[in-house]
Amino acid sequence: MSQAKLAHHFESVEQQFDTAKLGMWIFLLTEIMFFSVLFVAYTVYRASHADAFQYASQFLDTNLGAANTLLLLLSSFTAAWAVRCAQLGQKRGLMLNLLVTVVCALGFMGIKYHEYSHKYHEGLLWGGARHSIFKADPAQVLPEMKHGHEGGGESVWESHHVETMDPALKKQVGIFFGIYFCLTGLHGIHVLVGIGVMLWLLWRASRDHFGPDNFTAVDLGALYWHLVDLIWIFLFPLLYLIS
Amino acid sequence: MAASPASDHAAEHGLGHVLPVKTLAATFAALVALTLLTVFTGKMDLHGFDLAVALIIATIKATLVALIFMHLRWDRPFNGLVFLITILFVGMFLALTVTDRSQYERDIHRFDRAHPAEAPTGE
Amino acid sequence: MTHAHDPSLNYLNCRKGLRSWLGTLDHKRIGVMYMWSIIASMILGGILAMLIRAELWAPNNGDPAQAVLSQDTYNQFFTLHGAIMIFLVIIPSIPAALGNFVLPMMLGAKDVAFPRINRLSYHLYLIGAALLVVSILTGGLDTGWTFYAPYSTTTETSVVVAVFGAFVLGFSSIFTGLNFIVTIHKMRPPGMGWFKMPLFLWALYATSIIQILATPVLGLALMLIAVERIMGVGIFNPELGGDPVLFQHLFWFYSHPAVYVMILPAMGVLSECFATFSRKHIFGYRFIAYSSIAIAIFSFIVWGHHMFVSGQSQLASVIFSALTFSVAIPSAIKVFNWVATMYKGSVSLDTPMLYALSVIWLFGIGGLTGLFLATLSTDIHLHDTYFVVAHFHFVMVGSALFSFLAGVHYWWPKMFGVMYREWPGRIACAVSFVGFNLTFIPQFLAGTHGMPRRYWDYHPMYEPYNKVSTIGAVILGLGLVWALVNLLRSFGSGRQAPANPWGAATLEWMTPSPAPPHNFDFAPAVGDPYDMDLVRYDESIDGYVPVRPHPDDPHIPLVEPAEQEDEQ
Repeated sequence: MSQAKLAHHFESVEQQFDTAKLGMWIFLLTEIMFFSVLFVAYTVYRASHADAFQYASQFLDTNLGAANTLLLLLSSFTAAWAVRCAQLGQKRGLMLNLLVTVVCALGFMGIKYHEYSHKYHEGLLWGGARHSIFKADPAQVLPEMKHGHEGGGESVWESHHVETMDPALKKQVGIFFGIYFCLTGLHGIHVLVGIGVMLWLLWRASRDHFGPDNFTAVDLGALYWHLVDLIWIFLFPLLYLIS
Repeated sequence: MAASPASDHAAEHGLGHVLPVKTLAATFAALVALTLLTVFTGKMDLHGFDLAVALIIATIKATLVALIFMHLRWDRPFNGLVFLITILFVGMFLALTVTDRSQYERDIHRFDRAHPAEAPTGE
Repeated sequence: MTHAHDPSLNYLNCRKGLRSWLGTLDHKRIGVMYMWSIIASMILGGILAMLIRAELWAPNNGDPAQAVLSQDTYNQFFTLHGAIMIFLVIIPSIPAALGNFVLPMMLGAKDVAFPRINRLSYHLYLIGAALLVVSILTGGLDTGWTFYAPYSTTTETSVVVAVFGAFVLGFSSIFTGLNFIVTIHKMRPPGMGWFKMPLFLWALYATSIIQILATPVLGLALMLIAVERIMGVGIFNPELGGDPVLFQHLFWFYSHPAVYVMILPAMGVLSECFATFSRKHIFGYRFIAYSSIAIAIFSFIVWGHHMFVSGQSQLASVIFSALTFSVAIPSAIKVFNWVATMYKGSVSLDTPMLYALSVIWLFGIGGLTGLFLATLSTDIHLHDTYFVVAHFHFVMVGSALFSFLAGVHYWWPKMFGVMYREWPGRIACAVSFVGFNLTFIPQFLAGTHGMPRRYWDYHPMYEPYNKVSTIGAVILGLGLVWALVNLLRSFGSGRQAPANPWGAATLEWMTPSPAPPHNFDFAPAVGDPYDMDLVRYDESIDGYVPVRPHPDDPHIPLVEPAEQEDEQ
C-alpha cells in the first residue's frame, strides 16, 4: 500500500488530511445551499397550494420511490464500509464495496429513467397547459393511469375530470411537476457525478493507491455520496408521500 | 471482520476513525426500517400530521447518516459545526421567504378577484 | 525549506513563458493574473460607463435622432456595465487578486490549502468572463444585472449564455472562499492564534463565509432562469402559476450578501493601511475583527430591503427594514476604530493612505445614504431613482474600488519589487476622488427630485445634474488611467523596493520583494501583527528593517523567546 504524499505546503500528513476533510465539508455546505433554493421553492408552493401538491403527488409511484430510497441507503452503507476497508488496507473489500455502490447507483438511475420515461409518455410534465396531461386525450391516458398507481379502483381522474378541471389547479400541478423534475434532475446529476467518482476510486483502488495512511480520497468520495443519499432521504417523503 | 472495541480509538490509525461493520450494518438496518415506516405512515391518514411525521422520520434518518456513515460523531467538532450552521442558514432562508409569501398570498387573491379578466389564462 | 537558493530568484522570474503562468499553482502568480484580468475587465466596464454617461450628457426629448445610443443599445450597455463591474471586477477584486497574493504570506505559509482548486478558480473566472463576452456578441443582454423574471425569461437577448457565465463565475468565487476558510483554519503557523491574525485575514474569512453560503443560491436561481427559458418550466412565470417575487427572494439572498463580499475585504485593506501609515497599533482590534463576522451574519437577513416595492408583503418589509439598520452598527464600529487609530499616530500621507482616507469620506456617504433606503417610507420615494444608483456607487466604487486601489498601491512593491512614483500616485488619487464626488453627488440630487434609473432619456429639468455628472465621470476616468499609468511606469523606472517599504509588522513584509517562489526562505516568527516597534526606518534602503533581526534571516524580527520555542 502506498504512503500518503505530503504536498510541499503542509507540515504533516495529519494536517493535510484534516485540511482536505474540512474542505470537503465546506463543499458539502455549498451543495446543501445549492439544493436549498429548490427546497425553498417547494415549500413556498406547497404552503400555498397544498391541494394541488397532494393531487399531483398521486401520479408518482411510491413503490418505485421507496425502492430507490433503499438502493441509495444500501449504497451509502457500502460506501461507509469501503472507507473502513480502505482504512484497514483491505483491498478486496474496498473494491467489492465500491462496486456494489456503483451498481446501486446505476440501479437508482435505471429506476429514475423508467419513472421519467413513464411520465414523458403520459405528458406528466411541467409547464401547466403547454406540455402536460391536460393537453393529452383523457380517453387514452386514463386506462394507463388507472393501471399505473395504487389506491384500488378509484382513480383520481374520476374525481377531477380533465375537461372541467379548475385552470388554477392545472397550473399548480404544472408547478409541482416543474419542481419535481428540477429537484430530481439536479439530484440525478449528482448521482451521475457520484458514479464517476466511485469508478475513479475503484480504478485507483485496483492500482493499490489506498492504504491505512492514505485513504483521504475514499473518505471524501464517500462523504459526497452520503450527502447525495441525505438529499434523497428528504426528497422521497416530500415528493412521493404527500397524502 | 468482527468488530473490536479497540477500533474505537481514533489514535490507532492516526487519521480518522475506523467504524466496526456491526455499527454500520445496524445503522443500515435502522435506516431501512425507518424507510418502511415512512412508507407505511404515508399511506395512513394522520389528520394533518402527515408532513410532520414524514419530516421527523426523514430527519432521524438524516441524523443517522450524518453521525455514523459520515463519521461526524467522531470527527473534529468544527466539521459538525459547519453542517449545523448550514442547516441554520437554510432554515433562515426558508423561514423569511415563506413568511413573506404567506403574507402576500392574500394580495394575489385579492388582485385575481378584482381583475378576473387580467388573470393569466395559462395559455 | 529551501535554505540555499539563489537570492535573485523570485516567484516572477523562477519560471518563464505563458504556460508557466496559466498552469501555475503558485498563489502569488494566480493573484497577479487575477489582478490583471480584473483591471482589463475594469477598463471594459469603464468604457461602457463612459458611453452611458455620454448618452446622458443631454436629454433626447424622446427623439432617437438626438441620442448617442439607441434605446436597446443603452439597455444592453448599462446591463453589461453592471454585470461586468460586479461579477468580473468588484467581487473578485480584493479577495481573488489581493487576497490570493497576500493571505498565505500573512500566515507565513507557502501556499493556500488547495492550490489546484485555486488554479481551477482562476480558470473558471476566465471561462465565465468569456461567456459574458459571448453573450455580448450573440445578441447582448438587456435585463439589468439582476436578471429579474419574468422579463429575463421572455426577452430575446442571450440570457442563457449570460446566466451560465454568472453561474461559472459563482463557482470561481465559491472555490476562492472555500480555499481561504480552510487555509485560515488549518494553516495558521504555531503562535498565531485567531486574535493574532492581521485584520485583513479576518475580513477575508468573513467574506469567504458569505461566498460559500450565498453564492450557490445565486447559481441555482440563475440556472432556474435558464431552465425556464430552455424548457418552459414555470417556477417564476405567473402565466404558468409561478411567482416572480420568489425569484427576487432567491436572487437577493445571494446578491445582498454579495455587497458585503465587495465591502468586507475592502475594510480589511483599510485596517492594514490605517495601522501601517499611522505607525500605531490598530485601535480596537477585537471590535474590528468581530464586526467583520457580525456584518457577514447580518448580511444574510436583510435581503428583503431590495424588494420594498416588488410586491413583498408589508410584514416582511417591516422586518427587513428593521434588520437592515443593524448593519450600520458593525460598519460604524470599523470607521470609528480607524479614526481612533489615526488619533495621535504619526500619519504619513502615502498613496495607499490617501486612498484609505478617501474611503472614509466615500463610505461615510455611501453608508449613511443606505439608511435612507433602509427606511421604508423614504425608500418608496427613492426606489429605482438615481439616489439608489449614487448610493451603491459610493459603496461599490467609492469604497470597494478605492480600497482595491489602496491595496494595489500598498502591496505593489511586494508583488513586483519596484516602487511607483509617490507624487503622481497621490495626484491621481486626488483627481479620482474629486471626479468621483462630481459624478455621483449630483445623482443623489437628481434622484431625490425623482429621476428614474435605467432610463435612456430624462426630463430637461435634470440636465444640470447630468452635465456635472458626466464631467465628473471624465475626471474620474482620467484619475484612474493616471493611477494605472503611474503603476505601469514603475516597471521601467521604479526604484528597487525594499522588503518592507511602509514599516508594517505583518508577515508578508518579512520576506524580500518580490517574494521568493515559496514565500519565505526562513519560517517567520509570529509576533503581534500591529506591533510597529518591531521595525525601524533604515535610511540607506528607504525602507524598514527589524529592530532586532533574526540571526538566520535579516528580514525577520526576533520575537519573544517564548514564542520562538513555539515556532520550533
